[in-house]
Amino acid sequence: MTIRSRLPFYIAVLLLIAAGVALAVWRHVEMGIPWLTGEQRPVWMVEARVDFDADNGSVLASLNIPERPPGFRILSEQAASPGYGFSTIDKPGSRRAEWSKRDVSGPQTLYFKAQFIPDPTSAEPLPPAPVPKARKVFWEEPKATAVREILRQAKERSSTPESMTRELIRLMQPDTRTQNTTLLIAEEDYLYLLVDMLNHSGIPARTADGLKLEDARRRQKLRPFLQIYNGQQWLTFDPKTAEQGVPEDLLLWRQGSASLLDVVGGDNSEVSFSMLKQTVPALQLATMQFKSNRLGFLSFYELPIEEQSMFRMLLLLPLGALVVAFMRIIIGIRTSGTFMPVLIAVAFVQTTLIPGLVAFLAIVAIGLMMRGYLSSLNLLLVSRISALIILVIAITATMSIIGYQMGFNTGMTVTFFPMVIIAWTIERMSILWEEEGGREVLVQGAGSLFVAICAYLLMDTPLAGHLTFNFPELLLVILGLILLMGQYTGYKLSELKRFAPMKAYD
Amino acid sequence: MGWISANHLSRLGMLNMNRRNVDYIARYNERSSYPLVDNKLKTKLVVAEYGVRTPQLLQVVRHQHEISGFREVSEALKGFAIKPAKGSGGKGITVITRRDGDDFIKASGARVSTLDLERHLTNILAGLYSLAGTPDVAIVEDLVESAPALARYSFQGVPDIRIIVFQGYPVMAMLRLATTASDGKANLHQGAVGVGLDIGSGRSLNAVQFNRPITLHPDTGLALENIQIDNWDTMLEMASCCYEATGLGYMGVDLVVDAEKGPLLLELNARPGLAIQMANGRGLLPRLRLIESLKRPHLTPRERADFARDNFAAAAGH
Repeated sequence: MTIRSRLPFYIAVLLLIAAGVALAVWRHVEMGIPWLTGEQRPVWMVEARVDFDADNGSVLASLNIPERPPGFRILSEQAASPGYGFSTIDKPGSRRAEWSKRDVSGPQTLYFKAQFIPDPTSAEPLPPAPVPKARKVFWEEPKATAVREILRQAKERSSTPESMTRELIRLMQPDTRTQNTTLLIAEEDYLYLLVDMLNHSGIPARTADGLKLEDARRRQKLRPFLQIYNGQQWLTFDPKTAEQGVPEDLLLWRQGSASLLDVVGGDNSEVSFSMLKQTVPALQLATMQFKSNRLGFLSFYELPIEEQSMFRMLLLLPLGALVVAFMRIIIGIRTSGTFMPVLIAVAFVQTTLIPGLVAFLAIVAIGLMMRGYLSSLNLLLVSRISALIILVIAITATMSIIGYQMGFNTGMTVTFFPMVIIAWTIERMSILWEEEGGREVLVQGAGSLFVAICAYLLMDTPLAGHLTFNFPELLLVILGLILLMGQYTGYKLSELKRFAPMKAYD
Repeated sequence: MGWISANHLSRLGMLNMNRRNVDYIARYNERSSYPLVDNKLKTKLVVAEYGVRTPQLLQVVRHQHEISGFREVSEALKGFAIKPAKGSGGKGITVITRRDGDDFIKASGARVSTLDLERHLTNILAGLYSLAGTPDVAIVEDLVESAPALARYSFQGVPDIRIIVFQGYPVMAMLRLATTASDGKANLHQGAVGVGLDIGSGRSLNAVQFNRPITLHPDTGLALENIQIDNWDTMLEMASCCYEATGLGYMGVDLVVDAEKGPLLLELNARPGLAIQMANGRGLLPRLRLIESLKRPHLTPRERADFARDNFAAAAGH
C-alpha cells in the first residue's frame, strides 16, 4: 500500500467532517440554534388592553392584531379575559381577535398578549392578493380646486408614487402651507386628508398604526402612519416627516384593516398598550420554532421527554469514545477494558465526580475481596462472573440503603454504575493481580480512572451536552476524528519514555 | 532515563505500536489466519505439514468429563506442560518437571496436587486464559528439556528464542531468559531478560530487562555477552517455514532448543511485541522496508534465511 491509496480515505474523512460542520452551521443560521449555552435573545412582550363599558347585553369586541409585521416574527399569542369566548379570525389583510359574551354590564377589561422577536430578515409581506386600487374621492368646491392645485404642485416635483407622497407631505407642512392647504386642513383630519388626496391622484393609500417599542412602558397609544402602494408592495411613511420605511423599534400593529377596535354592545371603548423587553434563551426560542421549520426533523425535541433525556446521555458517549481513543492511541495510557472508562464516566455524570469516585473504588475494592474468596471455590468462569454480578448488585444496594439512612443522596445514585461492566472489571483486575502482580493492577486501574475522569470532565461541561444534543450532526465530526486517529502511525507519548534507553545505541 | 524525541526514534528506525498495528499487522496478516496462531493446537498441526517440529502432543482435554482421563494419563508421565490452546502471553501455562508421590512439582519448585491441576484444567476449558474469554481446550505436551548450554543462563523456566518473521524473512531475533521477577516465564514485560541475537551469526548482542540495558543475568549472574546459539541456520529456516504454513506476513516465532530433539517450535504470535528492538539496540523499520522494497521475493525458506543472514547481520548495518 502506498501513500496514494490512502488519499480517498482522507478525502472521505474530510467530507465527513465538512458535512457535519456544514450541517451544524446551516442549522445554526436557519433555525437560530445557538452555539453556546447561555446565549440570550431579546423578545418584546406586548400587551393590548381593551377597556369599555358594557350596555347590559351581549358584547362582541373585535381587535385588530398584527399579521406579519415587518421586522418582527410573532412567537406566541395569548388572550386573557375571564368569562369571554375568544377566537382569532384570519382573513387575508386583516387578522382580528374576537371576544364575545352574553349579558355583560359595567366596565370591562380584555387583554391580548403577544411576543415578538426582532428579526430583520423576516419575510417580506406577500404582495396583496387583489391588487389595491385607488378609490374615488369626491370633493366639493372650493376644496376640489385646492386639492387639484396642491396635487398639481406635488406632481410637478415628483416622478414616482414615493416621491409624489414625499412632496405632498412636504407641501402640507405648516411652514410651507399655502392658502389652499390651510383651507383644507382647517376642516379635515390631516392624515385622512392625505390618504384621500393620494387616492384622488391615483395612488392607492391607507392608514396604518404603529407601536413604538420602549422597555417597560405602559398605557401607550398607537401612532398613525401612512401607507401607499407603489405597484409592488405597501410602503410606510411617517405622515409628519415624510420619512420612508419602518424604524427598527416600530411594530406595525395594524395594516390594511379599516378599524383597530370594534365593540358591539359597549361604550367608551379604548385600547392601550404596555410592553416589556424580555430576554429568552436563544435555544428556547429556536426550539419553539422547530415545528414550523423544515429542518425540525433533525431535532430531538420532537421526542418524548424520557427519550430525550436518554439521548442526552447517549450522545455524550461518542465524546467519551473520542477521549479513550486519544488517550490510548496518542498518549498511550493503558486501561483495563477498552471502553470501561467511558461507561464509568457516564456513571460519574449521574453521580458527580467525588461521590462517584468514592463509590466506584469502594465497590471494586469490596468486589476484589469477595472475588478472592470466589477464586478458592474453583468455579466455572460463567458462574463466577454471574456470582460477581450478584455480589456487585448486593454491594451497591447495601451502599444505597446505608447512604440513605445516613442522609447521603449519593447513596441512591450508585445504581447508575454499569453492574456487569464492574463485575468484569473486578474479574479482570483479579486475574491481572494473580498473573502480573499488584503493580500492573495499579497501573491499569489508575489509567482507567484517569481516562474516565478526563472523559467525565469533558462530558460534564454544559457546552458538550449542549452541542451534542442540539447539533447531533457533530457526531460526524467526532467519527471523522476517530477515523483519523485510527490512521495515526506515529509514536505514542508513552513510547517516547519507553524507548528512551535506545539513546545509548545511536 | 528521561525521554527521547520522536525524531531521534525515527532516525533509529524504531517501529512503534501504532505503526506496527496499522502498517504491518493489519496490512500483512490475514484475519482468517489468526486462528492458526491463536490456537496452539492448530499451530502444531499446521506447521507439522511443513516439517517444523513441535513438542510432542500427549493429550488434548476438550470437555469437562475428559478431565478424569487426565489423571490416568498423567500417572505415566514424568514431566509435561499444560497449556490453554488459545492462551496468550504465556498465561495459564503450567510446567510440571517431576512427580513427588501423589503430588507434582512445578518448574518453580512449588508443589501442586492432582486436584489443583484438575481445577486448572477446568479453568482452561471455561476460557479463563483464552483471548476473548471463549471456551477453550487444554493441551498436554511433553516437557521440553532445555539444552544445558542455554538452560544455565535462565533462572528456572525454559529459555526461548523469538524471531520476528516478515513476509517469510527472519528480520530480528532475541533470546528470552526467565528471571525471578518474571516467575519463570519468558515474557519481557513480566521481567524476563531479552538478549538480542545477531541474525547473521546467532551470537548475542545486547541485553535488557524491564527496558533497561544490563550485562549480567540478575539471578544467575552470568555474563550475557558471548552467548552463541547452536543450529542457528536451522532455526532461521524453521522460522521462515512458518510463513508458508500460516500465511501471516508479520509474526513472532517462538522456538526452544531441546537437549535431545534440537530446535522445536513453541508457538506463533500474530502480534509480536516491540521490546525486541531494545534487546537488539536497533529499530525494525529499516529491515522491514528493505524487504518491502524487494522486487522479487525469495521463494524458499532457505533462500530467505540466507538473504536475512547476509543483510541483517550485525555488521551489515541494517
